[in-house]
Amino acid sequence: MTLAYVRTEDAPKRPPPATTAGTWARLRDQFAPTPLSGLATIVIAALLAWTAWTIIHWALISAVWSAPDREACNAVGAGACWPFVKAKALQWVYGFYPIEERWRANLVFLLGGISLLGLLVPQIPLKGLNALFFFLIYPVLTFYLLRGDHFGLVRVDTDQWGGLLVTLIVALTGIVASMPIGILLALGRRSKMPVVRSLSTAFIEIVRGVPLVTVLFMASVMFPLFMPPGVNPDKLLKALIGVALFSAAYMAETVRGGLQAIPKGQYEASMAVGLSYWRMMLLIIMPQALKVVIPGIVNSFISLFKDTSLVSIIGIFDLFNMVQSGFNDAKWASAQTGNTGYFVLGLVYWAFCFAMSRYSQFIERRLNTGHKR
Amino acid sequence: MNQPANSAIIMRSVNKWYGQFHVLRDINLDVKKGERIVICGPSGSGKSTMIRCINRLEEHQQGDIIVDGIPLTTNLKNIDDVRREVGMVFQHFNLFPHLTVLENCTLAPIWVRKEPKAKAEETAMKYLKRVKIPEQALKYPGQLSGGQQQRVAIARALCMNPKIMLFDEPTSALDPEMIKEVLDVMVDLAEGGMTMLCVTHEMAFARQVANRVIFMDQGQIVEENEPNEFFSKPKSPRTKMFLEQILH
Repeated sequence: MTLAYVRTEDAPKRPPPATTAGTWARLRDQFAPTPLSGLATIVIAALLAWTAWTIIHWALISAVWSAPDREACNAVGAGACWPFVKAKALQWVYGFYPIEERWRANLVFLLGGISLLGLLVPQIPLKGLNALFFFLIYPVLTFYLLRGDHFGLVRVDTDQWGGLLVTLIVALTGIVASMPIGILLALGRRSKMPVVRSLSTAFIEIVRGVPLVTVLFMASVMFPLFMPPGVNPDKLLKALIGVALFSAAYMAETVRGGLQAIPKGQYEASMAVGLSYWRMMLLIIMPQALKVVIPGIVNSFISLFKDTSLVSIIGIFDLFNMVQSGFNDAKWASAQTGNTGYFVLGLVYWAFCFAMSRYSQFIERRLNTGHKR
Repeated sequence: MNQPANSAIIMRSVNKWYGQFHVLRDINLDVKKGERIVICGPSGSGKSTMIRCINRLEEHQQGDIIVDGIPLTTNLKNIDDVRREVGMVFQHFNLFPHLTVLENCTLAPIWVRKEPKAKAEETAMKYLKRVKIPEQALKYPGQLSGGQQQRVAIARALCMNPKIMLFDEPTSALDPEMIKEVLDVMVDLAEGGMTMLCVTHEMAFARQVANRVIFMDQGQIVEENEPNEFFSKPKSPRTKMFLEQILH
């Protein structure tokens, strides 16, 4: 007996159909599948166009491009005040760092940039040496170069450091320090040892429960009160420690999320082949856990980068504070000065954060070994 | 406790609880060097827990376990020493997904046995050939089939040159057509004289290679016999019932 649905010969293998519908039909499906959503498309497109036009008009068309002072920017209908940016740009980068010593900051930027590039681009060799330089030698070098007082360099105290220089110092220190501290806290919170676990948990919960501004205030105002008279650590140093510990608490929770995603079997297999606890963590668990939480880690980095602007509250002239303080300059104060300053600030912060975001997506793709367990 | 020279594993009055649940009840077991033992029993009978106590993935609360002359206590050094001598293969393979097959095999020799990389890779390739997948060495575990992954897991364990191999239901997570390729490797290993403890329900495998079959139920060893006797003349009614269910 033959059944109608049982094949007696192989069905032919065919290529897939080109497109189920033409370009026009696809466009219609995306933008106006129904009259109502077609209307929504038009309204949203109009809003977007209007916003874009407003920004372009303000930033380019009606902008003031060159002027010796605020006069032109104060005119009715004037757009962005670019001469202000041009006049202040170097100060925004270096703060009050003495002009004739700026080469030192430039050297720091250059060395950091080259080393960071070497670390971030997978094809560049000597990762180990580079990491040694970037994480151990470079911070020390940066300190001695910028502060001077040695090797025939003029002393420049940290209260003269400022602008993008300080923003990058705070952000990089925070990012680099929060990662290992955060990992240790996350491991501590999952530890079987009660004391380690309680201390880690307490630290994380206390720090996470307090605004960064409070942490910075505590570090800068209250901390010296508890110290013996005359002992008052550098303001920038206190801010660095505050920011690093603060972001470490967040990092710890992000990393803990990753640790929880690792199946028990990975621990068991590591132990069964005889790996010690730290080797297991370093070689097996962390590489997988951190990969899972790359989006969370980068999220923390991005928040941290923007949160550095809060150090302006304790009187550090980072990029944010520097730009803002320029608004009061009698030579440039105008209706559009503030707008232009904040616009540029936004662009600079966005550029750094967007770069971090794109890089993390690149790394995620690269680390994807094409599988789920 | 002294132990005869040809003894691989000794378990004496081993007891373990999960909370209130008494999962291992007074287990006594002696395994001689080169012996192949198959452990079967219904799910929840403590088979896996028992063999996981042998390399201290589970901690027993009472009794003695002596592996290759090393008593398993809270002494971390002893635990490390035992784990170097005992290889384990898991139901769900537990390969390291972020490392290639070759790296999976060389990781422990390099970091635990401090072997030079070249030597570890040579050993790894030798065992990957033995499990018949040397051509997959540079792939990631996620790119392999289940049967291939389990063979890699066996090679990974062998790379540490263990004296004893533990198998915890090595074929239970495999598609039927992949079970044979893994069993073939295990048979090959048995013929090479490896001391093996296998938790498995592959009764044909038990008949072919086991010296003894152990039947566990409710945390106890209920019956133990050489395979032919075990299957043809089970003594305990619980064993009979179990065999009827799995042998159809």
